[in-house]
Amino acid sequence: MIRLEKRRQPSNVFAYATPVMAVIATMIFGGLLFAALGKDPVVAIRTIFWDPLFGQHAFYYRPQLLVKGGPLILIAIGLSLGFRAGIWNIGAEGQYILGALGGAGVALAFYPLDAWFIFPLMILAGGLAGWAWAMIPGLLKVRFGTNEILVSLMLVYVAEQLLASMSLGLMKNPQGFGFPGSRNLQQYPSAHNAEIIANTGMHWGVAAAFVAVIFAYVLLTRHQLGYHIRLTGEAPRAAKFAGVSPARLILFCLGTSGALAGLAGMFEVAGPAGQVSVDFNSGYGFTAIIVAFLGRLHPIGILLAGLLMALTYIGGEITQSSMGLPAAAIQVFQGMLLFFLLAVDVLTNYRVRFGAQTA
Amino acid sequence: MDFLLANPALLIASVMVAATPILLASIGELITERAGVLNLGVEGMMITGAICGFAAAVGTDNPALGFLAAAAGGALLSLLFAILTQFALANQVASGLSLTLFGLGLSSLIGQSYGGLNPPRAYRLDIPGLSDLPFVGRAFLQHDLMVYVSLLLVAGVWVFLNYTRAGLILRAVGENHDAAHALGYKVVLIRIAAIAFGGACAGMGGAYLSLIRVPQWTDGMTAGAGWIALAIVVFASWKPWRALLGAYLFGGITVLQLNMQAAGVNVPVQLLSMSPYVITILVLVVISARSGGAGAAPASLGRIFHVTQ
Repeated sequence: MIRLEKRRQPSNVFAYATPVMAVIATMIFGGLLFAALGKDPVVAIRTIFWDPLFGQHAFYYRPQLLVKGGPLILIAIGLSLGFRAGIWNIGAEGQYILGALGGAGVALAFYPLDAWFIFPLMILAGGLAGWAWAMIPGLLKVRFGTNEILVSLMLVYVAEQLLASMSLGLMKNPQGFGFPGSRNLQQYPSAHNAEIIANTGMHWGVAAAFVAVIFAYVLLTRHQLGYHIRLTGEAPRAAKFAGVSPARLILFCLGTSGALAGLAGMFEVAGPAGQVSVDFNSGYGFTAIIVAFLGRLHPIGILLAGLLMALTYIGGEITQSSMGLPAAAIQVFQGMLLFFLLAVDVLTNYRVRFGAQTA
Repeated sequence: MDFLLANPALLIASVMVAATPILLASIGELITERAGVLNLGVEGMMITGAICGFAAAVGTDNPALGFLAAAAGGALLSLLFAILTQFALANQVASGLSLTLFGLGLSSLIGQSYGGLNPPRAYRLDIPGLSDLPFVGRAFLQHDLMVYVSLLLVAGVWVFLNYTRAGLILRAVGENHDAAHALGYKVVLIRIAAIAFGGACAGMGGAYLSLIRVPQWTDGMTAGAGWIALAIVVFASWKPWRALLGAYLFGGITVLQLNMQAAGVNVPVQLLSMSPYVITILVLVVISARSGGAGAAPASLGRIFHVTQ
């Protein structure tokens, strides 16, 4: 007979060990999946986790690590604040789109003016747009008690339609020979989110992600608001008695995560993506949920988890081109990771006991 | 628009077809939630059902087997969720999300070789004399069988919840799992059964999309239908007949906006396409404003059950 016994304190050892265990389990089961698809599992796993870092073409892939990891970390940091307090913003993908539209909108409005203030304005607009989009579920939750999970998710689909409408209409490149999509911001120096150091992948969005990590760390460990967030998640009743205002917390968590997701979208559209197009969003907002949990909702953990997840994206692309592994296989692989993580996390909070009851 | 007004029988018929996938998924989720489990993986189970059903129907050339396979696929996937939440005591919101992400990937992996194929045609109801009645026949009596199955399912769930002992136990588990446990009911087993039922229904709902409504397989074809099903459960205040109402209202909106797109009404296509989601949000707001937040939700919904002693 196997029983679970609640620990008085979450285990410190397992808090570190479970993400590693989940990654290993995912490698094993992912390997089985690849084998079932008729590919050599060892080669596939090595291609995903080793080649981008140390393989023959690593010089090309290493910068990609930051390019893909930056938005994931930026979004996941914001999400983790709410997740800790039991406030579920799962519409980051929509806020990401809105941020991109806000940022690109400012840039296109000023085109072709050459001025220093355009890029800062774009950052402001991107963050604000994401914030506003997340405020919709926030205000509805505070005012009417509407479920924020469903509202934030529905707004992703609304945002996707908005994106399509913009790239086919208002923001379409007038000199684009009728093709959908906006002007390429990479060719507009005042708006281009260029690499800070050439060929490192380090653009302003990545810098923002690092700043967000530090900010979240300080907030959660040194600031009263961070304490309130943790308290609400771990002991909601105690938080109520301590005078924590749920409404303020909801608005703060949703607003912050929306703003960060918006920033991620803005940096992406002004940098690596370059233009507003119908298929601009690539699921970062959803993958960031996995990143947040894999990082155990801890800023440093999220930093590492974001880089790891970026690795699977890059490795996934390599396996696609070199081994013909379908893109969906990597998606399954990432889904598996979250699955195993949630499964082994039980060890952090519970002890596994064998045999009959003793106490 | 002319097309709509000209033929109300056809309008009713298409509303019923549009509503059925969401109705199936939401009636399953309703049972799951009445047992106190919040499974946010409906979207993932639907799309997995959609491809399982499609593959089975194409492989065997039999749509009925397709629906069975879809139910099995959805239930199987939901058991992953059951393992996470009932044995590993994981957070239900996170587990549901993982199910959705996993299901979306899995379905697109399975579905790679099924793009562009046509599924076998489903059997349609044809009662001699009745199905050919001028208005009623076209509107109500010429559908594929799944439409009627979904309606029977609603009635069955209603009877089960309100007039059977098993239904009472299921509700007890959902309202207060500690008390139910103290009375000797197997909380975990009952919940696993409810989760599997929800998965099977969601799977069939997905298969209805890929086999009848569309009918074709495309990546991510559920496009939020699973989430809308979740919203309809809230709209329904966890009552079967109101889920029917919600699903049919939603079907009506979908058909209306699609017809407006087809008729070339002078409204941007994207605005029409986003309208079902916007209206879902508005409905959620109205419902929550009236009921003051959680409303009629089962009291143990989403809470982790762990036997202490």
